[in-house]
Amino acid sequence: MTIVRDPEIADRTGVVASPLPRRRKPVPRRIRTFTADDWFSIVGATLASLALVIIGYEHLLDFSGPLGFGVCWYLVFLAIYATVVSISNPRPVVVERLVTVTLWLAAAIVVLALASAIIYTFAQGWHALVHLNFFTHDMAGVSPTAPLTQGGILAAIVGTVIEVGIAVVVSVPLGIGTAVYMTEVGGRGSQLVRTVVESMTALPEILAGLFIYVVLIVGFGMAKSGLAVAVAMSVTMIPIIARAGEVALRVVPNGLREASAALGANHWNTVRKVVLPSARAGLATATILAVARGIGETAIVLICSGASSFLTFNPVGVPMNSLPLYIYTAYTTHEKAALTRGFGAASVLLAMVLALFVVTRLLVRDKGTRR
Amino acid sequence: MTTTAAPVAAPKVPRTPRVIKPSLEGTDRLFHGTATSIGMFVLIMTGSIGIFLGYQAIPTLRHYGFSFFTQTQWQPELDKIGIAAVLVGTVEVALVAMVVAFPLALMMALFISDYAPVRIKSYLISAIDLMAAVPSIIYGLWGFFLLQPHAINLARWLSQYLGWIPIFHVDTDPNAAVWQQSRYTSSAFIAGLAVAMMAIPLACALMRAVFDQAPLGEREAAMALGGTRFGVARTVVFPFAKGGIIGGTMLALGRALGETAAVLIIISPAYIIKPRILEAGTQTTSALIAGNFGDATKSQLSALLAAGFVLFLITLVVNSLAAVVIRRSRSGATTEL
Repeated sequence: MTIVRDPEIADRTGVVASPLPRRRKPVPRRIRTFTADDWFSIVGATLASLALVIIGYEHLLDFSGPLGFGVCWYLVFLAIYATVVSISNPRPVVVERLVTVTLWLAAAIVVLALASAIIYTFAQGWHALVHLNFFTHDMAGVSPTAPLTQGGILAAIVGTVIEVGIAVVVSVPLGIGTAVYMTEVGGRGSQLVRTVVESMTALPEILAGLFIYVVLIVGFGMAKSGLAVAVAMSVTMIPIIARAGEVALRVVPNGLREASAALGANHWNTVRKVVLPSARAGLATATILAVARGIGETAIVLICSGASSFLTFNPVGVPMNSLPLYIYTAYTTHEKAALTRGFGAASVLLAMVLALFVVTRLLVRDKGTRR
Repeated sequence: MTTTAAPVAAPKVPRTPRVIKPSLEGTDRLFHGTATSIGMFVLIMTGSIGIFLGYQAIPTLRHYGFSFFTQTQWQPELDKIGIAAVLVGTVEVALVAMVVAFPLALMMALFISDYAPVRIKSYLISAIDLMAAVPSIIYGLWGFFLLQPHAINLARWLSQYLGWIPIFHVDTDPNAAVWQQSRYTSSAFIAGLAVAMMAIPLACALMRAVFDQAPLGEREAAMALGGTRFGVARTVVFPFAKGGIIGGTMLALGRALGETAAVLIIISPAYIIKPRILEAGTQTTSALIAGNFGDATKSQLSALLAAGFVLFLITLVVNSLAAVVIRRSRSGATTEL
């Protein structure tokens, strides 16, 4: 016989056992997994270990360096925390607590590393970014040591946009076409295509660049140019698009295809009007992923396009600068002004990637399609 | 169930099943033809790269023979060319990267799937995706300018206390009052740290995807038996996701082996087989190609292609193994990138 104290339940079940008057509205109890005890033990352990390490590390043992300090602090913290938790908890709980704080630390390290890379790039490039000429001039006739008020990365931006543009025009139809072939048409060859495409995602970028360099530039005597870069970029982008696109097409429910066929559509119309539109978000994500990879492709531009300081819109026959190449050349000069410009270019590159990234997020969120 | 139907005379069924002919009309034939030819074109194009690299490697291998794999120097003018040192350097950088990246990626993945508060979970997933999208040259600059000044302190500390282990030894006095900082810069260790930044998101994304697929029923069963979150992870999530963990790690290893830009920025080239990862100077295959293709003659290009071919074979084996491991395992068939 249980006594139901909760008036609501009592009403509903008809069991009236308590003399409790109906005073308060029932408030759902907040379920906490982290109690005050936990808070006190974690904060206490943090402070205790900090104090201990300050005294021991800096004063008694005469070590120095923030990194060592952090590591010692953390180890001492783990020891103290484990001790404190084990006072009132069984062993599995102690392990659980230690794992939790370790995982939080790992996540913090990863996020911090990423944030530091992004923030550092923008902070270093800031001095170059505030000058308008940085975006509207090229480096023609400007020496690496010139002040930041001269020269800019216009040529590099234009070069990157043109190269990536050509690469997208080449690789999107081929990549999505391959994905359609693998999922929709199939046949005997598709397994082979899948295997080869999958293994080609293992191709290091530098080898794609070297391949194009040897075949097109040395072999056929083509000039180092934006086109050579674009072709090499396509070589690395096609497998990415094909593979990610295949995943996107495979998650289209088969019922849709069957419904379309039942309505009398032929295969081509099914693919064009049903399958591809349903997988649009996934395919767009695949493309943008590949573009983000292409934009940052350093190894290829290093090999296939000669560095040039001039602004050119011509992808054939003349060397074409690009952002990664600009950054790398700026780095090799070891001049302060050039380095700042290099970081400025890196910030622009990073901003482009970030923009693409945000677009992908929005696409995925709107359609609610899995990636 | 009492209805009993009077036996109805069965309609005459033809003995042989009707033959269904999948005949394609014109549009579809064109569509299939186009798709197939695109697939074949991509197959031939990508396949030809592998074959081309192998074909180009033949003259070099014939000329240098087995010494191509044992010679450490890369001095075309002396006709001494070999990839022994370069391969060792490549593997060292990749291994350092994986030693750093594997625990971080695993912990990050477990954190995202099981431990993170719901509010920040999606942000963490985005952060990992973003991390994968950041160009490698930016990690290179980050590693060289921001990380290196701090990392050399760690390197010195390691060589001070663990210098008796050959890999942590550095040919200088780590205890000197004014220690030689330049002996610790541009090492395989620091390059590996930068490459780890590229390996972490790749491994983590795959592991997290697999962790999330761990069957809810088994998770809840473990919880109901009184398991802690770590208990659930240990008994349900990890066994389920073993394939994903190994596969993701190997995919990341494949990427780390072929990484160019970040390594090129950080290391200073040195053509000796060097187990001392903390010491300045090493060389990797991709950095070798990037540094030497410019003034290479035809035969030297062939040598570079041969080196590239060896690298490609290694990454290919690693990636294929990863694919097999992922496919064989219970866990997710879907891998992205």
